[in-house]
Amino acid sequence: MISASYINQITAKGFRADGRKFDEYRQPVSVEYGISAKSAEGSARVKIGGTEVVAGVKLDLGTPYSDRPAEGTIMVNVELLPLSSTKYESGPPDVSAIEMSRVIDRGIRECDAVDFKKLCVTPGEKVWMVFVDIYPINADGNLFDACSLAALAALKDAKFPKIVDGIVDYKERTKDSLPIQKMPLECTVWKVGSEFLIDPTVDEENAAESRLTVAFTDKGAVCALQKGGKLSLTSEDIGKMVDLADKKTKELRGYLK
Amino acid sequence: MKYTKRNDGRKFDESRKVEAKVGVVPNALGSAMLKIGKTVAVAAVYGPKELFPKPLQNPLRGRLRCTYNMMAFSGAGDRVRPGPSRRSKEIALVTENALDPVLDLSAFPKTVIDVHIELIQTDAGTRCAGISAASMALADAGFRMKDMVAAVACGVVGGQPLVDLDKFEEDYEGGSVDIPVAMMPRTGEITLLQLDGEVDKKDLMKAVEMAKVGCMQIFEVQKAALKAKYEEAKK
Repeated sequence: MISASYINQITAKGFRADGRKFDEYRQPVSVEYGISAKSAEGSARVKIGGTEVVAGVKLDLGTPYSDRPAEGTIMVNVELLPLSSTKYESGPPDVSAIEMSRVIDRGIRECDAVDFKKLCVTPGEKVWMVFVDIYPINADGNLFDACSLAALAALKDAKFPKIVDGIVDYKERTKDSLPIQKMPLECTVWKVGSEFLIDPTVDEENAAESRLTVAFTDKGAVCALQKGGKLSLTSEDIGKMVDLADKKTKELRGYLK
Repeated sequence: MKYTKRNDGRKFDESRKVEAKVGVVPNALGSAMLKIGKTVAVAAVYGPKELFPKPLQNPLRGRLRCTYNMMAFSGAGDRVRPGPSRRSKEIALVTENALDPVLDLSAFPKTVIDVHIELIQTDAGTRCAGISAASMALADAGFRMKDMVAAVACGVVGGQPLVDLDKFEEDYEGGSVDIPVAMMPRTGEITLLQLDGEVDKKDLMKAVEMAKVGCMQIFEVQKAALKAKYEEAKK
């Protein structure tokens, strides 16, 4: 473990402990599709350096919300497994897992990444419900970006199961993908001292005083923001962080092919 | 309804294809992935660490604590509700009992050794895959062990004793008995035995013998995977 004060010192001098530039992702970055293809309608594994997360999509038919009778629903859930790090413990999700779930969810929901109207089967009665479940296998920093990438990859990978007499037949899958109209991706920029860096290791996360998660669609619009950490940011900071996230989400998008 | 031919063409005493790898969770002290057919289990070991709350500590012996969890998307049908269930708690318990006999826990008084098992994809035989993976993770972590633990389910499907049931065979309409077995390969001692269904004594013993052969096959894969890590390190 590297202490926060040491990270602060070397960051001020322009270095990172592993020799990377401030705006550089750890390598290798990889996206693998269909890692639970038999079970999940869509699934993916994402690795960013030592961090590995898996995500899966399950589809089910359910009743729509009464205020949106002709729209399907989505639910994103991140569970921080004790398998993935000593930091996490068994039991109900703690607040950081809830925050992460909601931030990933927001990126996908707020830009209507999935065309919810096309998820309607019978208005007012039956719609598709999309469940995205994300789990870290090895939590080695920057779970936000890894989870966001994994969620999008799993959604892209998903195929609808068949409906037989109004019931889902999971044994048979159609060739139809989810109606994805936008592709939101998140990049989290962390502020250490007065520097901005991305893709932190766990030690760097501990040293950072604040962070900003920015979601960009593939059309270049910002579709979610979340500031974390105790320290405040100036509007100049925010401008720089958003610009950096814009650049880096474009790079991350390249790994989705 | 007699089950005369297996749906995937295997012989009755043949387990599904087994693949294994250790060191899949770098954060953990020891870890392993085991894939049997389409069932994929990952296990990671953390500890020994001080056990809390303190009244649970045993001054003579460490505690082995297992968790078993199916990822929400890992079921073939509906989404699995996240969080612990009665089923997962029971499986965690029998997993502890299956692994405990090979460990020397008296070396770690007052501590707990955590073994976490996650299922990424399931096609029956998950507890056995979990136990086999957990045993490899413990060995990978470097714990002193009397033996490995290899586990596989056997059963009687449509009157036919066989080994390593897949989901189709577990749900077979002509009657299916599922018998998960874990074994210490060196001594042949059995550390897990459960049974779901109805079976006569003769078939039961026949199936258990088949499971022992299946466990040996898994043991070979476990050994090879543990050695492979050091082969790789040599390079």
